[in-house]
Amino acid sequence: MSRFGSKNKDLAAVDGRRVNVDGVLTAVSVVLLLIVVVIPVVSIIYNSFFYQGHFDPQLFIGQLTDPSNLSAMWNTIKIAFWVTLLGTILGTFYAWLLGRSDIPAKGLMRALFNIPYMFPPFLGAMAWDLLLNGRSGYLNKLLMSVFNLSKAPVNINTLGGIIFVELSYYFPFVFMQVVSALERMDPTLEECARIAGAKQMTVIRKITLPLVVPAISAGALLIMTTSLAHFGVPSILGFSQGIFTLPTKIYAVISRTGGSFEGIRQGAALSIMLVVVVAVALVIQKKILSSGSYDIIKGKSMRPTLIKLRGAKIPLLVLCIATLVLIVIVPLVMIFLVSLVKAYGLPLVPENFTFNNYIKVFKSDGTLGSIKNSIILSVGAGIICMFLGTLIAYVVQKIKPKGKEMLEILSVLPYSLPGTVLAIGVILAWSGAIFGISLYNTLWIILIAYIARYLSFSMKSSSAALLQVHPSLEEAARTCGASHMESLKDVTLPLIRPAMVSGFFLIFLPAMREVTTSVLLYGPYTRTLGVQIYSLRDAGMIPQAAALGSIAIIIIIVCNTIVTEVTKDRKGV
Amino acid sequence: MDQVVLRHVTKRFTTKTLGDIVAVDDFNLEVHEGECFSFLGPSGCGKSTTLRMVAGFEDLSEGEIELCGKLVSSKEKNLYIPPEERGLGMVFQSFAVWPHMNVFENVAFPLRIQKVNKTEIEQRVKAAMKHTSLTGLENVYPSDLSGGQQQRIALARAIVTQPKVMLLDEPLSNLDPKLRETMRFEIKELQREFGFTIIFVTHDQSEAMAISDRMMVCDMGKIMQIDTPENLYNKPNSRFVHSFLGESTFLNVEIADGKVYAKGDMENPLALDIPKDADKQMVVATRPNSIDLLGADQEGYPTHIAKRIFLTDRTEYIVPVGEQNLKIQTPHRIAFAEGEACRVRLASPMWYPAEDEAAEKERQRRQLV
Repeated sequence: MSRFGSKNKDLAAVDGRRVNVDGVLTAVSVVLLLIVVVIPVVSIIYNSFFYQGHFDPQLFIGQLTDPSNLSAMWNTIKIAFWVTLLGTILGTFYAWLLGRSDIPAKGLMRALFNIPYMFPPFLGAMAWDLLLNGRSGYLNKLLMSVFNLSKAPVNINTLGGIIFVELSYYFPFVFMQVVSALERMDPTLEECARIAGAKQMTVIRKITLPLVVPAISAGALLIMTTSLAHFGVPSILGFSQGIFTLPTKIYAVISRTGGSFEGIRQGAALSIMLVVVVAVALVIQKKILSSGSYDIIKGKSMRPTLIKLRGAKIPLLVLCIATLVLIVIVPLVMIFLVSLVKAYGLPLVPENFTFNNYIKVFKSDGTLGSIKNSIILSVGAGIICMFLGTLIAYVVQKIKPKGKEMLEILSVLPYSLPGTVLAIGVILAWSGAIFGISLYNTLWIILIAYIARYLSFSMKSSSAALLQVHPSLEEAARTCGASHMESLKDVTLPLIRPAMVSGFFLIFLPAMREVTTSVLLYGPYTRTLGVQIYSLRDAGMIPQAAALGSIAIIIIIVCNTIVTEVTKDRKGV
Repeated sequence: MDQVVLRHVTKRFTTKTLGDIVAVDDFNLEVHEGECFSFLGPSGCGKSTTLRMVAGFEDLSEGEIELCGKLVSSKEKNLYIPPEERGLGMVFQSFAVWPHMNVFENVAFPLRIQKVNKTEIEQRVKAAMKHTSLTGLENVYPSDLSGGQQQRIALARAIVTQPKVMLLDEPLSNLDPKLRETMRFEIKELQREFGFTIIFVTHDQSEAMAISDRMMVCDMGKIMQIDTPENLYNKPNSRFVHSFLGESTFLNVEIADGKVYAKGDMENPLALDIPKDADKQMVVATRPNSIDLLGADQEGYPTHIAKRIFLTDRTEYIVPVGEQNLKIQTPHRIAFAEGEACRVRLASPMWYPAEDEAAEKERQRRQLV
């Protein structure tokens, strides 16, 4: 290029224009990442260790040696350990059952097993609290009166309860990973072992399981990081009993101090502890499960031979149905029934039912506003992430500037940061600390947190699509006379549009039900749907909280149906 | 002795898109001890399904299968022996080498299942690896090996238990052409060494011809013909078998007044003997290299050279006959120029009934399965 570039005007123009467009794109993505990721993360670290410009480890050491913080850390670890272990076993078992056995109604059950993935776990926690609360749970009261017990037989407000509820919402992570791995696996790998003389059980143990280990470990990793960072379930089930995890402890510290700077600094120090726990857990997990990936998707696609369950078919089917009823139907029905009851604690019989809760909840302050806020935030975050994620993906995949790895890491980093930590970072960064810009108590600050939190979703989606767009497609457009910008607009963008749209929905849906970050960032006029349910319940207005919860569930179902309809016929590149 | 016997074996499938399909329709065949027997046919002909029924991966809809004198599948007697108890060796198209085991463990797996003691496993695996030229690769993982080496692992794993019957499901089709030839030779060598019976499934006719003692040609779930490669090539009993094996050229002809005319030319008869049971419309089939291409001054059907194509080892001529074209291949020394007048003579062609269009449609429908 240097030999001709400087002399040939046309070449220089082609080249120059390319640098311009690409340079602008790169600069824009760097600036945006700075705002939503870099500054918040740096703020946390700075504020934990520096005070008024001096290095001051006192705060951090103080927090680290506080016994209540240590017990919160210990609880976080215990919960995550059991949820990951049990979730992995459960997820793998059901995945095998639906992927390899001749159990009936597979399609339906698979769809049902994905449902917990859709719903916010904190609603499930609410439902189970209503059923099995140590003092006033409906099911507890029923069992006490039927069996004449003096004490509630089951108490959900315990570590065990928290583990159970998280488990029921998180095992689908492993389930989905393993089911898809089983589907992609070359069935001849298993058939070959049969020919070699291995019995069915031996094949499962020696061939099938080892081959899906990468999928299992990917799912387990997801469960573990999600559970470590999880806020909703332990806050709903644990607060009343003084059971704290690190995320709920952070929330408690900040709300106790009324959002003062000192409280937020403490929260920042706790955040560092949480991040360290997550990081250590990741390292340990990597050591335990070798996550090498095998090439198991070879050969002609053929139906795998399904294993005949024979006598075990009916009991296993019953087990599946019972699991589904327990984790899907029971909580939903419970939320709905309680939303109808005149006052919390009244028996769930038709005489006590009323629609008043729905009317009340809409009349009460902020409900409509919270729905509006949630829609604005989810759509806003969805659209911004869709473009920003695509932009970063494009810069990383196609422009490949120096330090592209850094860009990629920065955009994925917030995903592995717990939502609570992210919220603290955003507060520290954007409430006046930098250029005096204060976004505290506005929707903007929540939007920034959402963007940081969900950016990696759209980036991954667009990235995968961009990888499929061969450079020759853009080059062909250039040779047909299109400018660099035009070839982007007319060739590349239309090709990755389906991936961008699905990236939008990947963000819109979880953002609609978000609580973890919003609960730390909301102001008087910026409650979100999740926060509103959460605070109604906190204020003791349980039937109303249940009513709003039911509405949230309906919104989620409607949105999901629309998404499946919209994305059904789309064929991405 | 017959080592594999199929009696009235039938397999029906119901698919969502195509409805009921008889994938395998009343198959009857015997494979003799030490024989290399091929199942040959286009995709969807039922060859793979048949092999999978022999292996025990598919149940039968009707009929029975006998392996080494023992009944292993029978619909009437409601008998089904699972694949692991059939004592077979099998090699798959996708190699199916386990990526989480090294080469030694892959080959040792069948012996470990049989609980063979450690020293014997060591010996037998070593021997099997030697026969398949894998010596030295014991601790390597399959992902570091080439396709050919992976297929050798699959072969070693299949022979390590010294099975009487070896099932090969298109084992060479994922290999490049050169390697294919070497592996074919190696498989034959192994057979000579160990004396097992081979059932070889393929859609590649030249491969089947080269390796088989006898072969079955099937199409659309039906056995078309079972015979030696020579007989199948020289005396194909149907137009399908004729066209499937080797190169063919066909002429639709009409018989009038005891003479044979090519479609579109009712003036110049072809000098052919009419078979006794011929209909009015027939198809005459022959090989491009067994047609005589003669100078214009000789006896034969008068025509001209429409096109001349130089192939490396012979020359091909396209010669119009009536409204059809005949493909003729000759050694290079018989040289004609394009447009030159010539005569052709078909030497002892095969006669078949005129092609049935419905059959062609059904074939296309099945290819979609």
